[in-house]
Amino acid sequence: MLNVLKIALRNLARFGRRTLLTASLITLGVVAVLLFIGIAGSFKALMIGQFTDGVLGHLEVHRKGYVASIDNLPLNLNMQPALVQKVEQVLDKMPQIDAYSERLKFGAMFSNFNETTSIRVNGVDPAREAATIPLMPGRIIEGSKQPPPLKTGEILVPKLLAQGLKVKVGDTVVLVATNLQGSVNAKTFVVRGVLDSASGPSGRDGYVDIRDARSLLRITQPEVNEIAIRLKNPAQLDQVDATLKRELGAIVNQQGKPMLEVHTWADLSPFASIVRMIDLLTLFIKIMLVTIVLVSVLNVMIMAVYERVREIGMISAMGTPPTRILMLFLTEGLLLGVGGTALGTVLSLAVVWALNLRKIVFNFGMQTGLVLSPSVSASDVLAVVAMVIVMALLASLQPAWKASRMDPVRALGHV
Amino acid sequence: MSLVRAERLVKTYRTGEVKVPAVRGVDFAIEAGSLVAFVGPSGSGKTTLLNMIGCLDHPTSGTLTVLDTDVGALDRRAAAEFRGWHMGFIFQDFNLIPVLSAYENIEYPLIMVQAWPERKRHEQVLRLLEAVGMAGQAGKRPDQLSGGQKQRVAVARALATNAKLVLADEPTANLDHDNAYQVLALMKRMRDEIGTTFVFSTHDPKIMSEAEVLFTLEDGALREAQAARKPEAAHA
Repeated sequence: MLNVLKIALRNLARFGRRTLLTASLITLGVVAVLLFIGIAGSFKALMIGQFTDGVLGHLEVHRKGYVASIDNLPLNLNMQPALVQKVEQVLDKMPQIDAYSERLKFGAMFSNFNETTSIRVNGVDPAREAATIPLMPGRIIEGSKQPPPLKTGEILVPKLLAQGLKVKVGDTVVLVATNLQGSVNAKTFVVRGVLDSASGPSGRDGYVDIRDARSLLRITQPEVNEIAIRLKNPAQLDQVDATLKRELGAIVNQQGKPMLEVHTWADLSPFASIVRMIDLLTLFIKIMLVTIVLVSVLNVMIMAVYERVREIGMISAMGTPPTRILMLFLTEGLLLGVGGTALGTVLSLAVVWALNLRKIVFNFGMQTGLVLSPSVSASDVLAVVAMVIVMALLASLQPAWKASRMDPVRALGHV
Repeated sequence: MSLVRAERLVKTYRTGEVKVPAVRGVDFAIEAGSLVAFVGPSGSGKTTLLNMIGCLDHPTSGTLTVLDTDVGALDRRAAAEFRGWHMGFIFQDFNLIPVLSAYENIEYPLIMVQAWPERKRHEQVLRLLEAVGMAGQAGKRPDQLSGGQKQRVAVARALATNAKLVLADEPTANLDHDNAYQVLALMKRMRDEIGTTFVFSTHDPKIMSEAEVLFTLEDGALREAQAARKPEAAHA
């Protein structure tokens, strides 16, 4: 086999310029794909991070039907304390879960005593919310970011609302809300900070302590209507989602129907389609790479066979087994693929390293100063390498087969 | 026992509906250790005959036995194996592999066809390089060798696997007379030293006189089979 490899290498060297051109094409293709995967992956991870670490968490648990009517922020679909306790028991048992935060979301009127507007408010336990949504304190653009981000009697106001009503940190504002029974209650708050808007649902909500929320809504029991969950490893999302759906699905009402629903961040955020689009683009880029490899290797190998017909006739006449002739040409195609891929991988990793060193900053939506940090995982590299090598082999197969089946008499007479 | 025996050997090519007879009912026998030439003008069937003896082509009818094997019955794979183990080939255009040195060209069938162990391979190649007078050119590639040198390497390559039968189609056609005689002398010497049977085709009257047995072909039929003059006399 080593000798076949040696002869194949020399044959490639014989047509050096063509070999170089083909290997360069493969290299370029590999660089393009790996860089795209790295950069798009970084962009995707940042984007997902904005949703999961800034607002949504990786997963959310609600009463059945809550998400369908989430625009109304209904209070009649709150989870009662007993139900919350059951969910907590399930969550506490799961080692994959890093933190979870119970929320009481509601709609209210927001007034600075001169003007009034509507606001969506999250009542949260500030410490647990910060553990579940670690980017939330970072969204405070005015006011102290020191923990805890919120105390009772304080409110974090979304930026657009603060600008519209000219509200500043330290101002006193009033929230007016209608509770489940229809009675209206008001409560004053001091503006603790102004929150930058985040992309996606709930990205323009205000925050108060959950005890204030319950007091405003005159809820005496520790009810919540949303539990946001943070995972230790986001890659386990699907697995945890399935487990939660199974475990929480077992909690049923008197009619035997599930009382809870579990959604991933992707189910809740319309931006998940952008993520899917990135995946689709990556797939198309991969298809383009496959095409480049197929066409270039096929072209080179067809030419190699065509130009060496007499030589093939000679080695065949000499008694070289057809399988060995097949191996010789397959090895040439394989070497083209391996050479191009190896160089492409090294170049890609070098560019990724350089990009990380350069720390390119970009904006996404209303988020500014995001740092592009492309990374290519070993599995991505292995997948691309395997794909190119398999394609190079496949592209060589037809010409190699033709060479191995060549009639030596005709081949020797070829002009 | 003859090394090669042909009985009523026929080869007909078909071009569309037209049948073109290339060899018409030829009978001959070639003894082991002889230096045999098939002679005749172009189109007389020399190459076709050599191709059939070399298991490169199948007879249309008749029997052809080489080394007690009915080569007409061999399929493609078996024919390749038979060639690889029993035959060597020398071509008019030398057909050396351009990317390999003289040494590596001789070594090629020992790797690709018979898979000899490295040390044994090395010894064999050095012995043959010495025998054909190319020991000093071992590292040169074909484009660095003269025509005569290339054909010497080709002879060595044909003998590398210790083939019992070497077939040479117009081996001297691309050589000047001096080189042609040297190559023929080399073939004779190898025959004498190793006992290999050499069968070649030619239409050069001066070269054909070097053969010990001549088969004259005309329009695919064997017109004459004769023992040629003694080589010394012919060369003189």
